[in-house]
Amino acid sequence: MSNLPDATRQGVEPLDRMEPAEVVQPSRWRSIWDADVTWSFRHSPVAVIAAVVTLTMILSAIFAPWIATTNPFDPASLNLMNGFSRPGVPNAFTGESFWLGTDDQGRDVWSTILYGLRISLFVGFMAVLFALVLGVLLGLLAGYVGGWVETIIMRVADVQLTFPSILVALLIFGVARGVIPIEYRDQMAIWVLIVAIGLSDWVQFARVVRGATLVEKNKEYVQAARLIGRKPGAIMLKHILPNVLSPVLVIATISLALAIIAEATLSFLGVGAPPTQPSLGTLIRIGQDFLFSGEWWILFFPALTLLALALSVNLLGDWLRDALNPRLR
Amino acid sequence: MLAYIIRRVFQSVIVLLAVGLVAFSMFRFVGDPIENLLGQERTVQDVERLREALGLNDPFAVQYARFLGRAVTGDFGISYRQSRPVSQIIAERAPATLELAFVSGVLALTVGIGLGVFTAIRRDGWAANIIMSVSLIGVSLPTFLIGILLIYLFGVQLRWLPTFGRGDVVDLGWWTTGFLTSSGLKSLILPSITLGLFQMTLIMRLVRSEMLEVLRQDYIRFARARGLSAKSVNFRHALKNTMVPVITVTGLQLGAIIAFAIITETVFQWPGVGLLFINAVQFVDIPVMAAYLMLISVMFVMINLLVDILYVWVDPRLRIDGRHT
Repeated sequence: MSNLPDATRQGVEPLDRMEPAEVVQPSRWRSIWDADVTWSFRHSPVAVIAAVVTLTMILSAIFAPWIATTNPFDPASLNLMNGFSRPGVPNAFTGESFWLGTDDQGRDVWSTILYGLRISLFVGFMAVLFALVLGVLLGLLAGYVGGWVETIIMRVADVQLTFPSILVALLIFGVARGVIPIEYRDQMAIWVLIVAIGLSDWVQFARVVRGATLVEKNKEYVQAARLIGRKPGAIMLKHILPNVLSPVLVIATISLALAIIAEATLSFLGVGAPPTQPSLGTLIRIGQDFLFSGEWWILFFPALTLLALALSVNLLGDWLRDALNPRLR
Repeated sequence: MLAYIIRRVFQSVIVLLAVGLVAFSMFRFVGDPIENLLGQERTVQDVERLREALGLNDPFAVQYARFLGRAVTGDFGISYRQSRPVSQIIAERAPATLELAFVSGVLALTVGIGLGVFTAIRRDGWAANIIMSVSLIGVSLPTFLIGILLIYLFGVQLRWLPTFGRGDVVDLGWWTTGFLTSSGLKSLILPSITLGLFQMTLIMRLVRSEMLEVLRQDYIRFARARGLSAKSVNFRHALKNTMVPVITVTGLQLGAIIAFAIITETVFQWPGVGLLFINAVQFVDIPVMAAYLMLISVMFVMINLLVDILYVWVDPRLRIDGRHT
């Protein structure tokens, strides 16, 4: 438990490399509980709070239809008379009360946030997944194959790294809008966002995986695999990949925070999620119009949600980086 | 040193050619240029004539070379949306963005270095701790939220500062400046803080960690032992040696400032190039997008080149083998 001697902790493998309980571990749960990463997690209040906030947000996004008081995108459930209700104050016309208020069209802010969170998290996760798969594969290829393959991949990565990712995402988004016929633009917007953010973010993964692969590929187990005649593809995916994944996990967490902010920024700029499928960024964009007339809650609550989400994912990433870094133990 | 510079210049040219290829492909293949130039009423002969006149029947390489040649002379074609030369539109908008970026850059650099040195020297002081915690929030806040927050605080609640536009500007013929009128200067305050805040926190944290690293070294201890004043030790000995990474990061962030100006300009409706670009993305105005891409890449590549050269020049250790990449 908490007073474990240091030597015991260091003997335990990190979470992602842990073997099933064929060793003399009492139980699988027990070994996870005592693992380095879990130990450091239990002793970092910041990480615990951040994880709780993140998990709550993810769960509320998944169960949004059941938690939300109304479906904000079902026109039948909206009543224009409810527009601009203050948070917690019964509406002057209808007497209905909304604990986070309503926007100009009488949509319940609490419900729009839940549905917006859904879009934001979906885009964030998918974009990171896309960047991760692309980056890890290209990184493995560059590191293992070497030669001109490596030169091309890493040159492209270097060039892309010179440009801020938000700019790259904007350009991809703009080009995609030009290619997609106008009647499909709104439907495709979410997927275009995912591809744009994902493509702007693969470089980090590729660089780290390439670096780790260069180290791993000269180790004995890889030579052994080569000797018994495994194909390069199998060596890369089955042998090297599992051993280069722990830094990838850290980057993925930090990337998630960046992707959520990037999505919100693009949507805020009016080139992201369409008003028919608003993300947190779109909600903030809408809310900005009412800031000057005093309806602060339309902007404030989505902004607060976005901030809490980005901050907790960021803190989780920071903690994970320190926890998985052997030099800091 | 010379060989290094030549090699870097060569690499930069290649990067620019590649970006040019991307810009040209956008220009040529996204949407049909003919469609955008001719209206609904057109004959097959019209299309064919225009196609020939624009050189769209030429081989790809020839078209690309022609595009590059025009781009070098500043000719990026006609905006689909505004029906005016793109170069003219950009020239009108550039002063706004450059002035904003300049003020933000100066702000980020001076305040960032100042606070970085302060928090490093007073490492455990309460003021330093507060600054560090606030900066953590500053890094996590998305730029547009900072902008909105400032607008709400100083524009809506306190009504001290203007929240959109450039205020009154003075037209110098080839340049419009907001530096010469009080409303122009006032209008600059909120956008430049918004734009510079992220870079400021970044520079501050960097200077702090570099300073802490340097202050631990023996030569600092020796300088103290020699009885030099704290000021001299901190600034002449320590700060000087933290400058190499600061120069690199600042240089690279200069490009980021120009790019993030897109967001700030949208929040504050600042009539600069960034706002122009966002509108171009919304309306798929490809010539404007292509021109913006080319201009910003030239800027980025130049900055990178200068930073790399400066890096070698500032740090003599890198000059010995000259093979630093």
